[in-house]
Amino acid sequence: MSDIDKSRFLSQFDYLTERESSDHVALNCPAGKLIEFCTSLRDEFGFDLLLDVTAIDWDVATPRFTGVYHFYSTASSNYLRVAADCPDNVNPVLPSLTSIYSAADWHERETYDLMGIRYEGHPNLKRILMWDSYPYHPLRKDFPLAGIETPLPAEDVAERTNLKVVAAPMMGGPFHSSGDGKMSQTEPSAKDESWNEQSSK
Amino acid sequence: MLNQTVAYDSKVEGEVIVTKADAVINWIRKNSVWPMPMGLACCAIELMAAGASRFDISRFGMEVMRFSPRQADCMIVAGTVTYKMAEVIRRIYEQMGDPKWVVAMGACASTGGMYRSYATLQGVDRVVPVDVYISGCPPRPEALLDAMIKLQEKIMDENSAKNLIKVPVNKDIRKDALST
Repeated sequence: MSDIDKSRFLSQFDYLTERESSDHVALNCPAGKLIEFCTSLRDEFGFDLLLDVTAIDWDVATPRFTGVYHFYSTASSNYLRVAADCPDNVNPVLPSLTSIYSAADWHERETYDLMGIRYEGHPNLKRILMWDSYPYHPLRKDFPLAGIETPLPAEDVAERTNLKVVAAPMMGGPFHSSGDGKMSQTEPSAKDESWNEQSSK
Repeated sequence: MLNQTVAYDSKVEGEVIVTKADAVINWIRKNSVWPMPMGLACCAIELMAAGASRFDISRFGMEVMRFSPRQADCMIVAGTVTYKMAEVIRRIYEQMGDPKWVVAMGACASTGGMYRSYATLQGVDRVVPVDVYISGCPPRPEALLDAMIKLQEKIMDENSAKNLIKVPVNKDIRKDALST
């Protein structure tokens, strides 16, 4: 599939480095040069679609957060992956691509919501999935899958129902199917169901 | 004797039927349940199938799906309820006129299902009182119809006449907290 010549990118833009990839061509780009590089990607190289904006949390490593972008060229049918490390581990910031690709708008809001990366220059950087007052970024490595107890956003409903956002009972971990064997024997289930909220592990 | 009217003979009894108020009110209510389709995920597709011709929920008098809570009396919660949506469900439930019932359709609405995560309400019974739970992921339309017939049986057992003149019974929601 990937018949694009990565040496062309590497020779034209000296700040790019090659990124390990098992499928498409992948490049590392410094956060400060991202706008410049993506502008020429769109205008000179024909990458007219921004397919995905996401991010990686490397947990204890530095740099902790890496923004990942997937581009597609409808003319040459090529994919390209661009990764940009966030310089700051505590307050990760990346430049917003909304001025170049309008597709970046909601993608960046989602990545901001779940990973807590701020996109500078985004016209409306607010949460898209969780509610506005939610205090955490749930896809970060230090956030437990079960969740953390927080008040319900609607105070009047919380008062009438006594409902809070509480940690989900994990009881052996999240449901998953082993995926091999007959469907009747691989129903999604928790790994260890011997414990629950009444009797602890 | 052949052709004898056993149940009711207007010549003998006049134009009067004697019964209990509860029986009449409940009979009327159970045969015209107007559901509010709270379709939140894939269960809603099965709910739609139950409304379509093959399964035909109108056989039980509940085909009048109303998307306005003011016109509905049975909320069918079909799908995964997130904490963000929990508030909306409660508000819509409160907007429904009494008497009203709630059916938790499927694993997600009943218990959170396979979504044991930070975003998912672990059972809609924590925010609205549920009358009937349906197992399945998603339940087949037959299961929904079975639950609706169970709901009809439940409606037949209610003290409707007594509740007509006093404040409607406040059904309880589940109050135990999951986390310690």
